[in-house]
Amino acid sequence: MLFDKTIKVIGHRAINAVWRIGMAARFFFLTLMYSGSSFRRFHLIIKELFSTGVMSLIIIIVAGLFVGMVLGLQGYETLKRYGSESALGSMVALSLVRELGPVVAALLFASRAGSAMTAEIGLMKATEQISAMEMMAVNPIARIVAPRFWAGVISMPLLAAMFSAAGIFGGYFVGVVQIGVDEGSFWSQMQAAVDFRDDILNGVIKSFVFGTAVTVIALFEGYDAPPTAEGVSGATTRTVVTSSLVILMLDFVLTSIMFKGN
Amino acid sequence: MGLLTQWFRMCHLFFWALILSSSALVEISDLHFAYGKRPVLEGINMVFPKGKLIAIMGLSGCGKTTLLRQIGGVLKPVKGYVKVGGQVIHELDQDALYAMRRKMGMLFQFGALFTDMSVYDNVAFQMREHTDLPEEIIHDLVLMKLHAVGLRGTQHLMPSELSGGMARRVALARAVALDPMLIMYDEPFAGLDPISLTVVGDLIRRLNDALGVTSIVVTHDVQESMKIVDYVYFMANGVIVAEGTPDEIRASDKAFVHQFVHGEIDGPVPFHYPGGDYRQDLNLRA
Repeated sequence: MLFDKTIKVIGHRAINAVWRIGMAARFFFLTLMYSGSSFRRFHLIIKELFSTGVMSLIIIIVAGLFVGMVLGLQGYETLKRYGSESALGSMVALSLVRELGPVVAALLFASRAGSAMTAEIGLMKATEQISAMEMMAVNPIARIVAPRFWAGVISMPLLAAMFSAAGIFGGYFVGVVQIGVDEGSFWSQMQAAVDFRDDILNGVIKSFVFGTAVTVIALFEGYDAPPTAEGVSGATTRTVVTSSLVILMLDFVLTSIMFKGN
Repeated sequence: MGLLTQWFRMCHLFFWALILSSSALVEISDLHFAYGKRPVLEGINMVFPKGKLIAIMGLSGCGKTTLLRQIGGVLKPVKGYVKVGGQVIHELDQDALYAMRRKMGMLFQFGALFTDMSVYDNVAFQMREHTDLPEEIIHDLVLMKLHAVGLRGTQHLMPSELSGGMARRVALARAVALDPMLIMYDEPFAGLDPISLTVVGDLIRRLNDALGVTSIVVTHDVQESMKIVDYVYFMANGVIVAEGTPDEIRASDKAFVHQFVHGEIDGPVPFHYPGGDYRQDLNLRA
């Protein structure tokens, strides 16, 4: 009896999960399909870029600065053992550009902008604003979802770049200004070690993929949220949890494709 | 005297039947709908003639709002159809449905104003979305619509700065922004103070007459709606239980209508939700 019940529960959850993945894929496809009007009226994307991108700048820069400072400290302690303190610049830059920049910026983006998107759209649904738009013969996916999607996709690589830049400055501050690593070797090692295509471009591709994933999850959760206070709060939580797991999973997949143990 | 009254009544019904059949804007026939396995509408037949203001009344949860959503094409019927302007709504593709919705206006229960836009932008929303009018003309049109509902002075305010009654009036201005042929009102009187209630009721009647539109008001506010509407449909448990002019409804001897119109506790609608035996629930022995 208990076994039957457990199997039923597992089966129900599995079917529900597959159903939701299918719904999210359909939602993503519809968003792309109705994106044309967003580009024709680019001011809609600009407005969303402000709330998702510009408003996330402070948290991204401050977090980047501290992560870079910690990298500077930890990196110096480790490199000192091998007498390679001069490689601190390349270590900080490669860690940030390849991994930490895209990943940590995407995690912060999911908690700051992703949760806000979900809550906003969920509340619009709960207060019948989306129904009102549909009754006015305006497609809510074209008018509400698509501009937010493109704003997220555009702002994520920019935010990751800002995070990396702030992090490098943090590493420089701790390594060069505080500890006294040679400034010339810090920058020259960095310049020699960081490759544009292998490191910077791959980092940009990563953050673009993360931005797409986080924004689709956030928008879908908001659009699919039950129109109640509990429904919106649950959807917001799911956005942050699912986005974080998807970012880490995608990071592993992308890293294994891009760097292949190089 | 009794015969004469009956004759007048027959003439009256014949007159209404003639109006309804000759100039119907909305026609609902044998409409069935269910949310999952729970039936909500079970064989609804209604006719809404052009230029008339008609109320759909009934208890909460009897299917009134579902009916409005059927007319707007948000929900598809299980059986039967809704025709608007001669077109079966659920057979329209998305483009045709959107074209039809441009001819409809809807006032939602709590206004459903876009909270990230000012009052002005809310009213201008449809004009900007559906027309290529220059901003100067939109400006004039928005102010005219807001003036019609008495809120021209609120154009720069945000929805959060409006009272419930004001939000409802702004939503009304937005609903008539493109001069629709049909306006649907979902509980327009819910939660309003007596002054706002009279103002909104008066506006609904005046807009109906001034714009020559057809209006459908879903409500359970008997007193206010009876003052303004031309005809009333009463719904209960997904079917129509009574219909007629406000005077006929007031004089109805049907138990449900009488209880509803006079707000009586005793009647066919019980106070208690059906449940098990009270003594058993309290674990008392007989």
